[in-house]
Amino acid sequence: MTVKNEAVVSTVKRHKEPLFRLIKRTDIPIWKKWVIRIATFAVAAITAGLLFTFIIGDGAAFGTFFKELWSGSFGTERLTYIFLNNWAIMMCISLAVTPAFKMRFWNIGAEGQTLAAALGAAFVIHYFGKSLIEPVVILLMLVAALFMGMLWALLPAIFKAVWGTNETLFTLMMNYVAIQLVNFFVNLWSPGGSGTIGNLGNGSFHGLFGLPYIQNAVFVAIVTIIVFVYLKFFKHGYELEVVGESVNTAKYIGINVKKVIIRTMILSGAVCGFAGFLLVGGSPTPTINTGLVGGRGFTAILVSWLSKFSPIAMIFVAALVVFLQKGASQASDSFHLGASSAFSNIIIGIFFLMIIACEFFIDYQIKFRKKEGK
Amino acid sequence: MFLTFLKNAIRFSTIFLFGSTGETITEKSGHLNLGTPGIMCMGALGGCVGESLYLKSIGGDYAAIDGFSAVVIGILFAMLFAGLGGLIYGFLTITLRCNQNVSGLAITTFGAGVTNFFINYVDRNGFNYLAAKFTAPVSQANDWFSTIFLSHGALVYLAIVLALVVAFIMKKTRTGLNLTAIGENPATADAAGINVTGYKYVSCVLGSGISGIGGLFYIMDYLYGSWEYSIDAMGWLAVALVIFSVWKPNWGILGSILFGALYILPYYTNFSFAIQEIIKMIPYAVTIIVLIITSIINRRESQPPAALGLSYFREER
Repeated sequence: MTVKNEAVVSTVKRHKEPLFRLIKRTDIPIWKKWVIRIATFAVAAITAGLLFTFIIGDGAAFGTFFKELWSGSFGTERLTYIFLNNWAIMMCISLAVTPAFKMRFWNIGAEGQTLAAALGAAFVIHYFGKSLIEPVVILLMLVAALFMGMLWALLPAIFKAVWGTNETLFTLMMNYVAIQLVNFFVNLWSPGGSGTIGNLGNGSFHGLFGLPYIQNAVFVAIVTIIVFVYLKFFKHGYELEVVGESVNTAKYIGINVKKVIIRTMILSGAVCGFAGFLLVGGSPTPTINTGLVGGRGFTAILVSWLSKFSPIAMIFVAALVVFLQKGASQASDSFHLGASSAFSNIIIGIFFLMIIACEFFIDYQIKFRKKEGK
Repeated sequence: MFLTFLKNAIRFSTIFLFGSTGETITEKSGHLNLGTPGIMCMGALGGCVGESLYLKSIGGDYAAIDGFSAVVIGILFAMLFAGLGGLIYGFLTITLRCNQNVSGLAITTFGAGVTNFFINYVDRNGFNYLAAKFTAPVSQANDWFSTIFLSHGALVYLAIVLALVVAFIMKKTRTGLNLTAIGENPATADAAGINVTGYKYVSCVLGSGISGIGGLFYIMDYLYGSWEYSIDAMGWLAVALVIFSVWKPNWGILGSILFGALYILPYYTNFSFAIQEIIKMIPYAVTIIVLIITSIINRRESQPPAALGLSYFREER
């Protein structure tokens, strides 16, 4: 009997159980999620510090890095205001992309939507800034910014809703259409064809409400509450979530999917439009150029995704990202490393890649092969 | 005038063609790599590192530069660095099943940052001598045929050959059909016994490596060995070209020449700067139109891979 068994074993190739396998987690306690995230964050911070130390080539630089990181945002009162302002804009754009993402509509055109809106506001200043009174100009700027933001979001939404046109690629291209449009108007308006526009002069509402430095933050706080309530307590927020989970379910329970897609993207574009309005009018010296949004449209996508589309978590994630950006370029500047924005991109990149990777350990459980008893 | 325009259009198209051929391979496996601009940057950095090491190895004797080894070393290092970027992207999206859009954008941020920062640390002395090897034309003759077709550096021809080879592999070989099957429906491909993870990894790394050669071309041929950061717009155009060529690298050759022509057209016209900016918008606008038309016509052959952007987990239905 035993002989026969051995014969079978020798002819049939024995497959070992794989070393590990993955199991999708459905219930992970919240504290565990945050332990994983905070641990990842710490690892990313140490990696960034080590990279900096390596570049400087001096062990003492490790501590200095974190000191510089802090002083980039909170070193002086002025830096803190700059931090606050950047935080507000980042938050606003992140909020804008959130409803669309919840619907699984991959709107990566926030950069273009915001820039188009800023162009709308600048357009109003350029043509009506001198002839109309200030409050009317500002009101028109708001209208123009919202209109342009919505238009840039609406086009991909309509084609997605009606013909299923790929929205990721469509919105991506719309970014560059907006950038070229801004370049066109900048060249058109610039004195003597210099290709740059300085202060547009009128149209600033900076300090109009007695809070010159935190005014943008206050506006964005209001937008945050509106978006939060919209997503959480309105039927619209529920509907877009169902569309995101399953289009077929949504159709089955009688949700008009096309309508939801278009409506949600209009909202998304409008919030981007508001961010564009703040970028132009909220500055003491309103201007327009292609670097005005400065890649925040793309960073906002990461912020929104990392905060799991929760406006509350987004407040902290946006703050963190801006903190890292400012801190890393400060660290690079004070050691004369050159290309400070490039260095802050590296640091941000490290944090993003690691935090994106850590989501895996939240979503999946790794089960190792049990040792065979011998 | 028109000859030089056409010649430069073909030369410029190489950046887009490398980028889009690589991105097509990646997208065929169902992975939309939005890290392409960053990966092309890393290819440029890799090329610089490789060439710098090469110059050091021949002792800084610029007369002793061998054109063939210079180009090959550049390509290998560009593919190595860019492939590394693709490997990070692949690890995140294939093994860790992270969201592809987010991972890609993070790679773009990271890759552009790394390149812009560390390229200042690479010793680029003597790169103009190297660039002369990269741009060395096949024929110096002055007739129209030589001007258009034979006046380019080696990488231009490599891009066209590579696009044709990839198109052939995609359409005619088992490997290519397997890859297409994975991009359309990974679960079915898996059930048919295709190694889904293996294919996906190879396509991400190889695709990124090929895109990276575009970065090498940008710095060594187009910029003659100097560095100026404007490759991100070209990287996005390469992504656009994938759509424009409806996922067919052989059509991408013509598409890239059209994109190249539109990109340099403003410099050959007497329009004002403002109008030139509008002309530069055309490639993006045309891509949008192609995207819309293909989705309206809804032919099965010209659709994006059905599983594009979705992670595959075997145990999930």
